[in-house]
Amino acid sequence: MSLFAAAADPIFTVPVILLDISLLALLVVVAFALVRMRSLFGIVMLQGVYSLVSAAWFVSLDAVDVAFTEAAVGAGVSTVLMLSAMLLADRKSTPVPMRRQFGALMVVVLAGAAMLYAVGDMPAFGDVNSPANAYVGMDFIGKTAEEIQIPNVVTAVLASYRGYDTFGEVVVIFSAGLGVLLLLGLNGNAGRWEAKPNGQYINDRSAPSAATAKDTRTSDQKAEGEA
Amino acid sequence: MTDPETTPVADKFGNDPHVLLRVIAKFLIPLIALFAFYVQFHGDYGPGGGFQAGVILAASVILYALIFGLAEAKKAFPPRLIRYGMTLGVILYGGTGILNFILGGEFLNYSNLGKDAVAGQHYGILAVELGVLTTVTTVMIAIFYAFGSRQPETSAEDW
Amino acid sequence: MSDLFSQYNYIIVIILMMTGLYIVFASRNLIKKLAGLSVFQTSVFLLYITIAKVSGGQPPILLEDKGYGTDKDGHALLEGTIQTAAGGGSYILPGPGSDVLYSNPLPHVLILTAIVVGVATLSIGLALTVRIREVYHTIEEDEIEAADFVYNLEGTAD
Repeated sequence: MSLFAAAADPIFTVPVILLDISLLALLVVVAFALVRMRSLFGIVMLQGVYSLVSAAWFVSLDAVDVAFTEAAVGAGVSTVLMLSAMLLADRKSTPVPMRRQFGALMVVVLAGAAMLYAVGDMPAFGDVNSPANAYVGMDFIGKTAEEIQIPNVVTAVLASYRGYDTFGEVVVIFSAGLGVLLLLGLNGNAGRWEAKPNGQYINDRSAPSAATAKDTRTSDQKAEGEA
Repeated sequence: MTDPETTPVADKFGNDPHVLLRVIAKFLIPLIALFAFYVQFHGDYGPGGGFQAGVILAASVILYALIFGLAEAKKAFPPRLIRYGMTLGVILYGGTGILNFILGGEFLNYSNLGKDAVAGQHYGILAVELGVLTTVTTVMIAIFYAFGSRQPETSAEDW
Repeated sequence: MSDLFSQYNYIIVIILMMTGLYIVFASRNLIKKLAGLSVFQTSVFLLYITIAKVSGGQPPILLEDKGYGTDKDGHALLEGTIQTAAGGGSYILPGPGSDVLYSNPLPHVLILTAIVVGVATLSIGLALTVRIREVYHTIEEDEIEAADFVYNLEGTAD
């Protein structure tokens, strides 16, 4: 239904529409500010703000579980991790030349135009008979009431009906933790690498920036390297 | 911004510069952990579940590490236990599936875990959410330890 | 034109997705790229949740079937779910003859998985960025490529 007819419908009251429009406008403002920002601290904070505002928008769209997860993960842990990585890296980014900006803009405008052309075929917002809402998604509600009998349908689907996917997700999180531990080490001391590509022996000290690199090994590691 | 390995020291008058943070954090950290367990066990009845609870529990540990120092946090939550916890969660989840196998059903079909199908589903969901909580908490804490223990190249004063 | 207003959410979401994608393409700083990727991922979640919304629908948490009459607007009063669910009560389901609609829970489940997978890939990307910073002393993509070019041309510093 169009937005004006929706405004006349008593369920879609004016406050709901205003909330929807204002939250989306705020998201667009934050995203545009993120494009032009050069301070990395500001960039990390803005992506946390973006996640939090989108969590609020999820609540206004009845996705309470998703909002909870997005607020906790996106605005919480993700911001902390980016901050701690930023502290190990740089504080400012260098500006991008116009040629590269223009190329990226062209690609993005073309992709956006193609997607906007397809928007006409999307179902109307809130349609209960759209193809996404007509098949197995809504059947889960009835099946949960019979077979599992817990009120939160999202947990029932996540843990029982789509339990295999959630198992894969837990393994993905485990692999990510494993990968970070292999790259950085649980006590921060992994990554003393040595490799032999093309028969040429390279290590930390012969890396591309070896001339200006500081030797950050401890005395034990130095003794071990010399031996 | 202080060096994450050491705790803030008193200035020459003996005043702790972070006394407000310490007092509030001492009060809040157990409440945050309690809230995480609330979210975990009420995930069946309202929004919540293993992922959200795991992240909130990890957030309480990260807050402890930020206020009191990474060395203190590593004494309270040792890295060895964190490493074990990462695998324990996956084993718990997969183990529930294998248990269903052993009891005669299909993989991750929880119906044969209790006296009837509905009770079995409840037990199964409880077990896998516990596995998810364990893995998510320990992985987030492990990633924070990994980033926090790395020695930065530019020191804190150059920021 | 009225069709355009019913698709307002999709248009804004596409603008947000393209903004995130532009940050990934145009920025040279690795951490800014990762932040743009995070913006792009969150915008995709917005698209899915927009599709899952049913107008007049409740969040997909089942409501209890005990009516306590109606309040002054004529809406039915409904009890909380914890006690009655533990007691094996029945739930109000959507369907013909029922006045309760729920939003589609399936995209919510998919997006829950996607959010957590997103933070997993973000952490790996950040760990790689930290290692790159240690080896190349920069996280700007053009300087890394220049250092690699020189390295491949001239060999090691030894």
